[in-house]
Amino acid sequence: MVIFVASALTYLLLVWAGGSIEWLEVVIALVFGGLIAVMAKRWNPDMPLRHSWLNPVRLVRFLVYLFGPFLVALVQANLDVAMRVITGKINPGIVRIPTGLASDGALTLLANSITLTPGTLTVDANDESRELYVHWINVTTEEPKASDICGTFPEWARRIAE
Amino acid sequence: MTTEALFSYAAAVLGLAALAMLGRLIAGPTLADRAVALDAMNTLVVALMIILSVIFDSVVMVDVAIVYAGLSFVGTMFIARYLEGSM
Amino acid sequence: MNTAIGILLGIGLLFNVLGTVSLYRFPDVYTRLHGTTKCTTFGSLFTSAAVVVYGLTKFFQGYEGRFVTLSLHVLVAVLALLISNATGANAIARAAHRSGIMPVRAVFDRLAEDEKTMGRRVS
Repeated sequence: MVIFVASALTYLLLVWAGGSIEWLEVVIALVFGGLIAVMAKRWNPDMPLRHSWLNPVRLVRFLVYLFGPFLVALVQANLDVAMRVITGKINPGIVRIPTGLASDGALTLLANSITLTPGTLTVDANDESRELYVHWINVTTEEPKASDICGTFPEWARRIAE
Repeated sequence: MTTEALFSYAAAVLGLAALAMLGRLIAGPTLADRAVALDAMNTLVVALMIILSVIFDSVVMVDVAIVYAGLSFVGTMFIARYLEGSM
Repeated sequence: MNTAIGILLGIGLLFNVLGTVSLYRFPDVYTRLHGTTKCTTFGSLFTSAAVVVYGLTKFFQGYEGRFVTLSLHVLVAVLALLISNATGANAIARAAHRSGIMPVRAVFDRLAEDEKTMGRRVS
């Protein structure tokens, strides 16, 4: 269902050229969206996508997150990496952080956010204990909490995708 | 200076940066280094295509860039699976 | 309009070139991934923002509607780039660790320790 709506809307967005949309294009969008959704279901029956992604409140929250804390962290990350490229000062290590997130979608969102934020890069994830292994470019503590690495991101991921 | 000229200079710099990554692609000590260089080159090529769409004044170029981004993502995933040895 | 586009393009090009430099300055795969993923994503974001600004100003100056189409398509491309870049970087990092490349000059490596104690891969 999520895949159907997303692909049909993307197709309509890409054919929209300022004016109105012909009804034939809408039919094509519905047919292709249905086809893609059926194929995804056939090949991967237990795909962890839930209807909660279609909830408009969550989408608005996602946009707020994207343009609020995430953008700030992205700018910080790039200034940080730029300084390290110029000075060449690194002190890396791979640390383990507990996340406490239950759904796979939230964990994916958090892992992608961590990759794009200051000095951290997700390497692996433990599905059973819900922990992330993070390559940290400037290690300061042996056993960091999630808030040391990525601030309030787990909170946001829980509110958006769980 | 016209806006189009500004975009042309930017396109030239981006192309040179993408070419400079070829050094790591050829010399990289491990396969993973080469995968990193290829991934970064693909990102730069997508950015270059978006700028070229202004210079050549065609929206089709951006659509090509979207498809190129998707294909490069699939390619990176396959290289990663190959490196893990599960293919 | 020209100044705004020039500034956006300048920031974007600066970060893209920094990403290229980081490929040569850092010692191992993981740190190179840090540099290239963040810098090229951020730089491409800014060069694409310049294109969006160009399209919107052309539209508000009274040109035809295809400049709005240009801006919309650029936004879709940037979103695809954001998601695919981060996921691709995760995939390469995991593959590199599994194929036995250890981080250079690392203080400690929890993932390798845990794999040794568990006797298998963590996921």
